[in-house]
Amino acid sequence: MAIIERPTDSPALAGAGAGVVTPSSSYGYFRRPVQSTGWKSWAFTVDHKKIGIMYGVVAMLFFFVGGFEALLIRAQLAQPDGTILSADKYNQMFTMHATTMVFLFVMPMASAFANYMMPLQIGARDVAFPRLNALSLWTFVFGGIFINSSWFLGGAADGGWFMYAPNSSVPFSPTNGVDFWTLGLLMTGVASQVGAINLIVTALNMRAPGMTLMRMPIFTWMALVVQFLLLFAIPIITVALFLLLFQRNFDATFFSVADGADPLLWQHLFWLFGHPEVYIIVLPAFGIISEVLPTFARKPLFGYPFVVFSGAAIGLVGFGVWAHHMFAAGLGPISVAVFSVATMAIAVPTGVKIINWTLTLWGGKLWFSTAMLFAIGLIVQFTIGGLSGVTHAVAPSDTQQTDTYYIVAHFHYVIFGGAVLGLFAGIYYWWPKVFGKMLNETWGRWNFWLMIIGMNLTFGPMHIIGLQGQPRRMYVWTESRAGEGFFNLGMWNLVSTIGSLILGIGAVLFLVNVWVSRKNPPAPADPWDARSLEWITTSPPKEHNFDRIPTVHALDEFFHRKYEDVGEDGRHDYKQVRTGEQVIENEEANAEAHIHLPSPSYWPIILAFGVLVISYGVIYSTLLLAAGAAIAVLALFGWALEPPTADDSEFEPPSSDGGQPSKELAHV
Amino acid sequence: MSDTTTEPPVMPEPETEIPAGYDDGQDHIGLAHHTTTGLSNTKLAMWLFLGSECLLFGGLISTYMLYRNRQGDAIGPDQLWDIPFTSATSFILLMSSLTMVLAVSAAKRKDERGTRLWLTVTALLGGLFLAGQVYEFTVFYREGLGYTTSLFSSSFYTLTGFHGVHVAVGIIMLLSLVGMLAKGRIVGDKAETVEMVGLYWHFVDVVWIVIFTLVYLIPA
Repeated sequence: MAIIERPTDSPALAGAGAGVVTPSSSYGYFRRPVQSTGWKSWAFTVDHKKIGIMYGVVAMLFFFVGGFEALLIRAQLAQPDGTILSADKYNQMFTMHATTMVFLFVMPMASAFANYMMPLQIGARDVAFPRLNALSLWTFVFGGIFINSSWFLGGAADGGWFMYAPNSSVPFSPTNGVDFWTLGLLMTGVASQVGAINLIVTALNMRAPGMTLMRMPIFTWMALVVQFLLLFAIPIITVALFLLLFQRNFDATFFSVADGADPLLWQHLFWLFGHPEVYIIVLPAFGIISEVLPTFARKPLFGYPFVVFSGAAIGLVGFGVWAHHMFAAGLGPISVAVFSVATMAIAVPTGVKIINWTLTLWGGKLWFSTAMLFAIGLIVQFTIGGLSGVTHAVAPSDTQQTDTYYIVAHFHYVIFGGAVLGLFAGIYYWWPKVFGKMLNETWGRWNFWLMIIGMNLTFGPMHIIGLQGQPRRMYVWTESRAGEGFFNLGMWNLVSTIGSLILGIGAVLFLVNVWVSRKNPPAPADPWDARSLEWITTSPPKEHNFDRIPTVHALDEFFHRKYEDVGEDGRHDYKQVRTGEQVIENEEANAEAHIHLPSPSYWPIILAFGVLVISYGVIYSTLLLAAGAAIAVLALFGWALEPPTADDSEFEPPSSDGGQPSKELAHV
Repeated sequence: MSDTTTEPPVMPEPETEIPAGYDDGQDHIGLAHHTTTGLSNTKLAMWLFLGSECLLFGGLISTYMLYRNRQGDAIGPDQLWDIPFTSATSFILLMSSLTMVLAVSAAKRKDERGTRLWLTVTALLGGLFLAGQVYEFTVFYREGLGYTTSLFSSSFYTLTGFHGVHVAVGIIMLLSLVGMLAKGRIVGDKAETVEMVGLYWHFVDVVWIVIFTLVYLIPA
């Protein structure tokens, strides 16, 4: 069946001097998937927009799973001597809460935005490697399912999200939970790694004409920095995970203290990954609000180069501060001093960003949309978390705070107050772009305020609880040691639990909002009077993103196409000369002909499925492992032999402009 | 709308005509990659991947360096290493880099036969190296160095094992490439595909130089 033959007049083949790539029976059994509707159009898609949406939907699902786990934790701690969870279940609960929120919600949600927005923001038709993009998505999805399947297969991991070895070796954690965790994180690691390579190449290589690095929208910049962090941090956790896997399954000795192993080995490897991870979590949110704030303040971002370079500086210094997680481990005064100073230093670029955001607001015509509220919420809440973070940089103070609820308070202010609020700002800001409908602003406000009140009631008291000495990860506390008066642990634990309920209701209101808004009329093309390139196309964007690849002349290109500077004597005064709709119409009027897109493929999801089977095989049976490996190898060869773009004849109905050179993206 | 901050003062008219050939909506695959940096996407991606691989081996090598003398009463590196033998297999692996270069060079000259020949020789040399490693592991095991014997043994086998797996994957890639070349089934630019496998292969060799130096040559 001649189904994957490429157009013979394609310059690629002429250039390679090799003649036509001929189809052959060995991989010609399948017709390529070319459906544009139905579940197949999603499962086999390589469209970065569909992949982004799927990332977002799955991440949101895990957000509510992780949130439910958090509520169980808070319910257990609401009263002294809680009985809702056993000690064992409690351990699993906080481990999986953190794992789910970090690896299965915040990171993939950031990937969702990076996947969807980065190509649009730089004026590309897709990412550099569309099939690898699909592979990233499916290994993440299967990895998330894999980790969570441990709940039903003998119990989840119970060593805390940093899974300190030797505490996580078999004698202390005999169920398969830790193995599920290890293999699952290896899978999501593959997803992140592949995604990182893909998005870096996209940002560096796929920019529209005129889109210099210093004209890139700030979200794309921050996403780029994050991909570099992932690129260099993921292999380190990969090593740690392999060591743990071999320790548990093949009786290796890396963490056997009786044999002379160094328990700090895991800690160093983990935090060498773990601290960059902190910035992997928060920088995308920084990028998002750096888009949201200028739009709703009707001003350009204050000090764009400073925001760019402080983001890059955070990324760089982020690799040199890991040992501040280990101040209580006994590293010696010199290490502690060095990492203490480095940690204080990293507060500087972060502070630069906060000043830039504040000065972006300064003198602006503020429009308090829900997205704007979330963005301002981030500035305030993250700053609180940043300040408590600086108290951890002071090693003597940190030694007091280590493993208390004060730490829990700190990182929830930076992760929830930083990353999650920023992601929600992005959801509200880009919802009309992605789905062509506005979210309801009234419900949005309820969503925002309940989440803000909830988070402060939940995490605020944890500062007090922690400084009073309640350790984190204790499954009960007792009335007799709870203290007196204002500092009574019982009162603050109860407040925190009530706060978590409010927070949970606030989060559910987001789903309510999505439901309420489902029948909203189509959104205007430029609802926020936005500034960057992703808005120079319809909402939702067409499959090929842009009718004409826009040529970029300035930072905030879209703004400058709408507004002209009429100021005199060196003063700027911008006057609107076109609406966003007119700009888009102009692009549509000059549409390019013959746009071909990379074709869908079966192989990414099959390869990811093979990896899933391999992972179950490692735990349960060699036979299963071999089967998974066979699937993976088959998929790899199918992938290698398949051209990225299907022949016109494969489309039903056949593609209209057959035989034209195609807009291919890469040979992957 | 007034604005006194960082906007550039003068903006070109956005609707200016785009120079012909610059943005004609076509990519000219295979002739010149119209990428922003001028580097091909695949090559850039390969370099990024190899960059991250450095960290993977960095972690494994660090683990080994931490544990290299921790074998307790069990057999240690000094009683095990056969430096002449490992030097010979290392030499074979290094020579495979040379044949890989010859393969890439032949591919750039569009010398199909030469490409296939040198790729096959590279795979053979890689196979010889792997055979040497299997032999070496067998000898060590018979002398009492099991995977679980000591911290030293676990970290040694893990590090060199990971490298061996990389070599094995490289051999599979080389042989697949030979087959695909023979059947004319390479998608895209042939010379670049050969070069990509070459980059990977050289990386695996370079890592071995580091491993050989740190693991075998530095006295315990």
